Amino acid sequence: MKSSVITFPGSNCDRDMDVALTKFGFKNKMVWHNDQELPKSDLIVLPGGFSYGDYLRCGSMASKSKIMNSVINFAKSGGLVMGICNGFQILVESGLVPGVLLRNKYLQFICKNVHVKVDNKENTFFKNLDKKILEFHIAHNEGNYFCTNDQLKEIEDNNQIAIYYCDQNGNTNDQINPNGSIKNIAGIFNKEKNVLGMMPHPERMIDESLSGEDGSIFFKNLLNNIK
Amino acid sequence: MLVNEKIAIEHGLKSDEYKKICKLLKRTPNITELGIFSAMWNEHCSYKSSRIHLKKLHTKGKKVIQGPGENAGVIDIEDGDALVFKIESHNHPSFIEPYQGAATGVGGIMRDVFTMGARPIANLNSIHFGSTQHKKTKNLLRGVVHGIGGYGNCMGVPTIAGQTSFDRSYNGNILVNAMTLGLVKKDKIFYSKAAGLNKPVIYVGSKTGRDGIHGASMASASFDEKIEEKKPTVQVGDPFTEKLLLEACLELMSGDSIIAIQDMGAAGLTSSSIEMASKGNLGIEINLNKVPCRESKMTPYEIMLSESQERMLIVLENGKEEIAKKIFDKWNLDFAVIGKTTNTKNIELFFDNKQVANIPVNTLVENSPMYDRKWKKSKLPKKNKINKTIFKSLKIKDTLKKILSSPNVCSKEWIWQQYDHTVMGDTIQKPGGDSGVVRVHKTDKAIAATVDSSATYCWAHPPTGGKQVVCETWRNLISVGAKPIAVTNCLNFGSPEKEENMGEFVECVQGISEACKYLDYPVVSGNVSFYNETKDIGIKPTPTIGGVGLIKDYKKMITMNFKEIDNIVLVIGKTEGHIDQSLLSRIILNENNGPPPEVNLFNEKNNGLTLLNLIEKNFIKSAHDVSLGGIITAISKMCIKGNKGVQIKKPKFLINEIEYFFAEDQGRYLIEINPNDLKEVSKILDKNSVHYDEIGKIIDKEMIIDQKTKLTIDELKSYNTNWLKRYMV
Repeated sequence: MKSSVITFPGSNCDRDMDVALTKFGFKNKMVWHNDQELPKSDLIVLPGGFSYGDYLRCGSMASKSKIMNSVINFAKSGGLVMGICNGFQILVESGLVPGVLLRNKYLQFICKNVHVKVDNKENTFFKNLDKKILEFHIAHNEGNYFCTNDQLKEIEDNNQIAIYYCDQNGNTNDQINPNGSIKNIAGIFNKEKNVLGMMPHPERMIDESLSGEDGSIFFKNLLNNIK
Repeated sequence: MLVNEKIAIEHGLKSDEYKKICKLLKRTPNITELGIFSAMWNEHCSYKSSRIHLKKLHTKGKKVIQGPGENAGVIDIEDGDALVFKIESHNHPSFIEPYQGAATGVGGIMRDVFTMGARPIANLNSIHFGSTQHKKTKNLLRGVVHGIGGYGNCMGVPTIAGQTSFDRSYNGNILVNAMTLGLVKKDKIFYSKAAGLNKPVIYVGSKTGRDGIHGASMASASFDEKIEEKKPTVQVGDPFTEKLLLEACLELMSGDSIIAIQDMGAAGLTSSSIEMASKGNLGIEINLNKVPCRESKMTPYEIMLSESQERMLIVLENGKEEIAKKIFDKWNLDFAVIGKTTNTKNIELFFDNKQVANIPVNTLVENSPMYDRKWKKSKLPKKNKINKTIFKSLKIKDTLKKILSSPNVCSKEWIWQQYDHTVMGDTIQKPGGDSGVVRVHKTDKAIAATVDSSATYCWAHPPTGGKQVVCETWRNLISVGAKPIAVTNCLNFGSPEKEENMGEFVECVQGISEACKYLDYPVVSGNVSFYNETKDIGIKPTPTIGGVGLIKDYKKMITMNFKEIDNIVLVIGKTEGHIDQSLLSRIILNENNGPPPEVNLFNEKNNGLTLLNLIEKNFIKSAHDVSLGGIITAISKMCIKGNKGVQIKKPKFLINEIEYFFAEDQGRYLIEINPNDLKEVSKILDKNSVHYDEIGKIIDKEMIIDQKTKLTIDELKSYNTNWLKRYMV
């Protein structure tokens, strides 16, 4: 399976994502933001980082990169696109997924392990996943997901919420919400569920010496689903 | 502007220093030249008060590739890999403007590391604030933590360890020391020594602005009530540009275009150009009209003294300009050929077709002032005669609670959760352990790093304190299973013009050197920060040591969390009951006098190396060094981290319980072993003459000292984890 990771100026999880994808069997290519064309890919990943320093709204500058036209076309024709952290912010800014990401509720960067609940398995990303609750890792300053009431209704009606922040037993309440996201949303899909944006970093959870191994479960499952 | 002695003094130069300049030049300098001298001759850049003593540091060793004197130190970590690392202070700017001061401190030290061709793989920091009651402390702490995170997180370099302390002596002068480790192939290290004539000198990175002018001079003086006026001397950081600069420099470095490279840190274009020329024994000619400027009408004086961040000066091979320009264009960075190397051995500056400065390089470097300042020898304080009946009135539980929740012992999670400590995907020991550990990417090796200081001990007796800090970092590395290799030091002191402060400096350096030599743990880089004083009140002497060690097989790394019920806990090293200068003495007994605990270098080395041997043989399940707050504090942390309890045996010693549990004797560790291994472990310890006591065994969720003294792990946790969070709300 072929994947491509886009490097924007200021991306800093591009290498980590490359390592993870390669480890689980993807043939991965790194793509420069100023390129026009995407290599032939089964999966496009927008990695984490601080594209353009996040000096404007996070992700807004990167969403106007040359390569993003191709990414948008790829997504619209049904291709799989995944945005992690800053990549999620870029997806939101480019309109591929609904909503916005605000500054964390406590106005602090936060780096820690969290649990997320996977509700919707009728999509290529989470189909056949054995576990319902995964331990992931977050590291962000602007992960506070927000949308209008109308948007929220639409998102819920279309089953677009991918993962929720929860405790280890799967309870989603305010106390375990790390950043103030509406409905504890940690990741969402587009309507067609071929585009996933999420704040947690599965690529930081890919072997037992790191923060955990649930990232491995996620990537292995993803690869099998694409095959 | 005509230059005279008065203007020179306004630039921070002394009257006799100004006379020396005129004599060396055989004329009066112009204002640009005076600015250059003041930048090169201030304490921060010239080390004029410290140089003579720094020479005595132990800097040699088999693993040392580059010792002090370059942008950073370099050590051999085998298989063709080298580790580049250094610690640096950004104290003065951080007190004036905590966010930018701390952020640019982190940016500066990372630049020092990637200037040498190394990709930064970890950041650490040691930060010190005034009393928690002081009105500025909270805001300063918040600003500094945001600044460190703001820069490091954006760069995508994990912050893996650090130290935070609070003490009244930092009320008017906080300390922010930042350390970076970088990885490079041994045969791809870059240096700042220029070579060859007529080689193009290029400027890359951000544009030059009016920020940070006289930053280095500001950091070479004490503070007074007018400190707010110094805000413009603080640089403004742009981590995004630095990230681009990092990638662009590493891309250029993969080829063979670069002869020499130097980042523009303190004293900006001045010190970078002069340093490269001086090391290469060459001259350098710069056309200042070619320097990319952010603001219009900048004068030569301003261009030369600006401390705008994220800039580099490079001497290229002839004909490589196009290759280099293409790379910097790709990363949207400024690139300009601004001059060339010459054989004049002078620095010559041109502006609007006129020569605006012409100074022999050696007058700025070799002939810079060097002082053998007067210093006062310290005396070992007399032992306190603590009335032992007072111990009877202390309850272990209450005392432990106070210590675990005291500002200097409590969990610093509130701080390190704001630092990205997992980016790059190789952090295998996060902040909160004895050392941070990162794997060497795609290998079985890992690097452990720690940063420490013990101002109270140094203040009580500088030579002992100096030794102690080195040993503390040594123990932190051993505790995670790393072989200690080398250190970097950041020497934070008051005014060198005061005999007492100078004495503290000289004797701490002696202590550091002695310990480094004995432990074969050389100093490879560092910096000195003097004048940490406000209105005549200086800080406690605070040498900060950053220690680095190697774990050959990262799967053998040790953590401090208790692992398994029924395992045995041993105390390695002898407990004599030293209470003076301990946390118990200071915060429970309100007693600040007396000597610090004695440091026995033989025991330090012997205990440490024996533990490494036990780790190598897989006997050790968890380990933690005993430091502030003594055995009981250390054991509490192992319980908290492992979510397990411990049944503690009554000490069978002559000293009383309180002394046994809270004493801060040096050279000690706590280790967890399987009961089946006890015989074999005892044999090895005995054979190496290492003193040990069996202190207890691991049980479920409770710390039991006797029938009356029981604490649940949740209690211990709440004492330890809540203080800082609540303080910062």
